[in-house]
Amino acid sequence: MNPVEAVLRTLHEGELALHDDLLAAAEEHAAEHEFHHVATDTARWSAEHARLIAATAADRGLHLPAAPDSPALTRLRRKAARDLAPRPDGLPDLLETLAALHLAAVRNSLHWEMLAQAAQAGRDGELLALASRCHPQTLRQMRWTNTLTKTLAPQLLTAS
Amino acid sequence: MRDRIDRIAEPWGDRTPYGPGQPWPVRQDTHLTGTGVDRWVPAASLLHSNGDAMDVAVRDGRIVGVRGRADDRVNRGRLGPKDLFGWQANHAADRLTTPLVRRGGRLEESDWDTAMGLVVDRTEQLLDAHGPGSIGFYTSGQLFLEEYYTLAVIARAGIGTNHLDGNTRLCTATAAEALKETFGCDGQPASYTDVDHCDTLALYGHNMAETQPVLWMRVLDRLAGPEPPRLLCVDPRPTPVAARAEVHLAPRTGTNVALLNALLHELVRTDRIDHAYVDAHTVGYEELAAGVATCTPEWAARICDVPAREIRRAAELLGGARKLLSTVLQGVYQSHQATAAAVQVNNIQLVRGMLGRPGCGVLQMNGQPTAENTRECGADGDLPGFRNWENAAHVAELAELWNVEPERIPHHGPPTPAMQIFRYAEQGSVKLLWISGTNPAVSLPELARIREILRAEGLFTVVQDLYPTETALLADVVLPAATWGEKTGTFTNADRTVHLCEQAVQPPGQARSDLAILLDYALRMDFRDRDGAPLIGWHDAPGAFAAWQRCSAGRPCDYTGLSYALLRERGGVQWPCDAEHPDGTERLYTDGISWAAPDTCETYGRDLVTGAAVSETEYRALNPDGRAVLKAAEHLPLHEDVSPEYPLQLTTGRTLYHFHTRTKTGRTPQLAAAAPEMWVEIGAGEAHRRGLGEGDLVEVATARGAVRARLRVTALRDGLLFLPFHYGYWDTPGRTGPGPDGGRAANETTPTDWDPVSKQPLYKTAAARLTRLAPADGTPAPAPTTGAAAPADPAAAPPTTGGPDAFADQRPARQEAASVPASPPAPPAPEATP
Repeated sequence: MNPVEAVLRTLHEGELALHDDLLAAAEEHAAEHEFHHVATDTARWSAEHARLIAATAADRGLHLPAAPDSPALTRLRRKAARDLAPRPDGLPDLLETLAALHLAAVRNSLHWEMLAQAAQAGRDGELLALASRCHPQTLRQMRWTNTLTKTLAPQLLTAS
Repeated sequence: MRDRIDRIAEPWGDRTPYGPGQPWPVRQDTHLTGTGVDRWVPAASLLHSNGDAMDVAVRDGRIVGVRGRADDRVNRGRLGPKDLFGWQANHAADRLTTPLVRRGGRLEESDWDTAMGLVVDRTEQLLDAHGPGSIGFYTSGQLFLEEYYTLAVIARAGIGTNHLDGNTRLCTATAAEALKETFGCDGQPASYTDVDHCDTLALYGHNMAETQPVLWMRVLDRLAGPEPPRLLCVDPRPTPVAARAEVHLAPRTGTNVALLNALLHELVRTDRIDHAYVDAHTVGYEELAAGVATCTPEWAARICDVPAREIRRAAELLGGARKLLSTVLQGVYQSHQATAAAVQVNNIQLVRGMLGRPGCGVLQMNGQPTAENTRECGADGDLPGFRNWENAAHVAELAELWNVEPERIPHHGPPTPAMQIFRYAEQGSVKLLWISGTNPAVSLPELARIREILRAEGLFTVVQDLYPTETALLADVVLPAATWGEKTGTFTNADRTVHLCEQAVQPPGQARSDLAILLDYALRMDFRDRDGAPLIGWHDAPGAFAAWQRCSAGRPCDYTGLSYALLRERGGVQWPCDAEHPDGTERLYTDGISWAAPDTCETYGRDLVTGAAVSETEYRALNPDGRAVLKAAEHLPLHEDVSPEYPLQLTTGRTLYHFHTRTKTGRTPQLAAAAPEMWVEIGAGEAHRRGLGEGDLVEVATARGAVRARLRVTALRDGLLFLPFHYGYWDTPGRTGPGPDGGRAANETTPTDWDPVSKQPLYKTAAARLTRLAPADGTPAPAPTTGAAAPADPAAAPPTTGGPDAFADQRPARQEAASVPASPPAPPAPEATP
C-alpha cells in the first residue's frame, strides 16, 4: 500500500468511527435534544464521506470494507478517543463527549488536509475533488462541537 | 357595503376594492355594547401580530367596546373578530386579583409584600449559593416595550444571567434569525403597504387569512380591484389563502428547504436573476447557485410529494413577477430546518432584486403582538438594540448606558434560548424560573415533560398572569397582572409600526401592571450601578420609554424621534424614527444593505444545518463590505418520519378565533362559541381509505402522548393530520393536565426538537397514529367552517355563525366610498419618508 492509500484507509476508518461515535453519543444523550438531533444529522455526513472514500479507493484497486469494526472495537476506539481528551474528574459527561467528538473530527480534518495536499502535489483531480467535497463538512463538525462546548460549558461547569 | 354584519360568520367583512398604487380605502369597524361612551382611548390589538389601531370605548369606568382607527396606516379602520370581541376577556370572572403563594401544596391568597418578599428572598439565596446562572426569566410576546426593556436590564445587568427569553422563541425567533443570517441584523425589510403595490404575492406557510385577518382584508381588497396580484401559496392545508392562489403547493410537512431549493434552481436555470442587484448588494451567489444545481423540480417532487410541473409553475410565477412581495410564517418557522428555509425565501427575493422598492420586499412575520419588542429590547435571546453579544464594542455601549462594568453583562456565550432554559431547569441548574404573561404548560412541546419540570421540587416558579392558567396553577408564587386597556405602553407590530396603547380603566382588585411588578422587584433587590445609584432609574412607562430611546439611538430600531405625544397625534409610526427620519421609515434597504458590516451587524451568522457559530474572522473575510449574504442550505431528512407504528404526519396550528392558549379568547363568548372544543383534521381521501367520517371520536397518538377529539374531514392533503394548538385544560376537570377523558392539548403529542439555528421548537413535524374510539353520533366536529378547517362536504357541518351578539358595524369613509373602484389610479399614499 502506498502512502496515499494509507491516508485513504485511515480516513475511511476515521469517518466510519466518527459516524458510529456521533450516533452512539446521540443515543447516550437523547435528553440533550439539540445535541441529539444535530449529532444524528452530521453523522450522515461521515457515512457519506466513508462511502465516497471507499468508491474512490475501489477505483484504485484498494478494497475498504464498509463496516470493518465489531461493536466491541468501536467501543474500544471511543474509549481511546476519550482518553485523548483531558478529562478532569467530575467533568460533565456531555462536555467530555463533545471534546472526544471534536478531537475525532480534528483528526479526520488533518487527514483530509494530507489527502488534499497529496492530490495537489500529485495532480490527482479525482482525489482533490473528493477532499473538496468532504473536508468542508468535517470542518463544520468541528465548529459545531466547539460552538456547543462554548455554549453549554458555563452552565454545566458553574451552575450545576 | 352592509352597515352591520355577523363578524363570526364573515370574519373579513365587506370589500373595499382598490387598484395597484392606490391608497387602501377606509372601512371603520365598530363593536359597542349598551348605549353611550364617556371617552375613547387609543390602543392597538393584542391578539395577533398585525398591530391594528383601535380606540377603546369607556363608559362608567368600564370597557364597553372598540372601533378601528380610520386614520391609521396599518388597518385603515378595520378590526378582526378577535379585536372586536376579545376585550370582554378583561372582565372575566376568574381574573386574578390578589397575589397567591403556595403553602402546604396549595395556592393561597396573599398580599404583595408577602409574595414579593418570597421572590426576593429566593433570588438572594440562589445568587449567594449558586450564582446568576441559577435564575431564569421566561417572558411573553404580549407585554409592552417598556416592560421588556425593564426586564432586560434587570436580568442582564441586575441579576447578570444569560437566561432570559420570551415565548417569542415559539413564534418569531426564526423570523429574527433569518433576517440576521441574510441581512446581518434583525429588522423587517418590507411594509404592509407593499400589498398595495405588488403584482405577485407569495405566502410561505402563512395562513394570513386566519393569523392576520386585517392584512388579509387588504389582500382581498386588492384581489377584488383592478389588476389584482397573483398569489402563490405554500401550505399543506386548504386555507382561504390557498383558495385564492393561482398556484397552491401542499408539500409534505418538513420539506420546505427541498421545495425552496427547487424554486431557486428554476430561477437560476431560467436566468430570472437580477445580476446587477446580486453583484451590487450580495455575497455568496456562486455558492447558492452551486448548492441548488441538482435540486430539480423532479428531485423536490419526490421529497415534497408535490407535482414537478406545479413547482415549475410556481417558479414561473416568481420569475415573471415585476413586484414580488413574499411573506413567511409558522409553516416555515415551526417546521424542520426552519431558519434554512426562511433564509431561502430571502434568497429568492435577493436574486430577483426585489427589495426596498414599493411592492418589492419580504415580510418575515411575527406571531404575537409585541414579539418585535422582545427582539429589539433584548428580552429574548439577543442583547438590547440588536447588539451583537460577540462584539465587545456593543457590550461596552450597553455597559456605558447602564453605568455598569461590561463584565457584569453576561456575554461569554449566546443568550440562552427558552428550550435550553427549560432543559437547565430539568437538570436542576436553573432553580428559579419567573414566567410572565405566557403559558408553557400548554404552549411548549411534549407537555408531560414540561409539567414534570414545572412541578419539580427543586424549581421555584413565579408566574405573573391575568388568569389561573395551567402554568399559574403549578406555580409557587402567582402575581396578578394588569393587561391591555389597564396600563399604558407602546408596542410594535410585524412591519415596525409603533403604537401607543393607553390605560382606559383601572385593573381589577390588586392587579398591577407588569412594569409596576418589575420595578417593585428591582427596588426590593436594590440593584445598583457602579456609582451606587439605582440601576433602574425610572418609575413609570414614560420613563422606561425614554430609557429605551437612549438604548435604541443609532441602532436600526432607532426610537429617538418618537414620543407618546407624536404617537397620540399620528397613530402608528414605523421605526427607525430619528432626527433624519422624523416621520419614520416605510422600507428598509431602499439604498442597499445597511447593517451587515462586521462592526455594526447583530450576528456573524451560524451554520444553517448545525447552528455552529461563524467566527468574527470568517465573517470579516466573507462579508467585509456588509452586503446581504446569500446562504445555501441542503435538505435534511426529517428527524421524525412516518413508520408502520406511526403512519401519518401530524402538524399543529391555529384558527382565526383563538389566540395562543385561549387565555383571553376562550373567555370571550363569541370567540369561544365559534371554536368551542378541540378537533382533529384529516383529508377526505385519507378518511375514506381509513373508513372514517366527520364527527368520529378519535385518538391521535405519537411517541410522546395522545389527544382525543372529534374528526373534521377537510380538503387536507393525504397522509397528514392537523391539530389546533390552542386548547389546554383550565376549563376542564383536569385543570393543569389530562383528566379521565384523556389529552386535549395538541402539545401532548409534539416532539422536543428545535431548529439549531433559531432555537425555535418544531410543532409541524411529528409522526402519529390515528385510532377511532367511537363512530359519529350525528354531532360534527366542533371546528369552524370559515377557514382552513372548513369541511370538504359543506353539508357535513352547519356554517359557523355568531348570532345577534356577533354583529358589528362597518362603514366606508364617506368621501372614498363614492370614488372606489371607479377612480383613476391615484399616486401612492404619502405613508412615510423612506
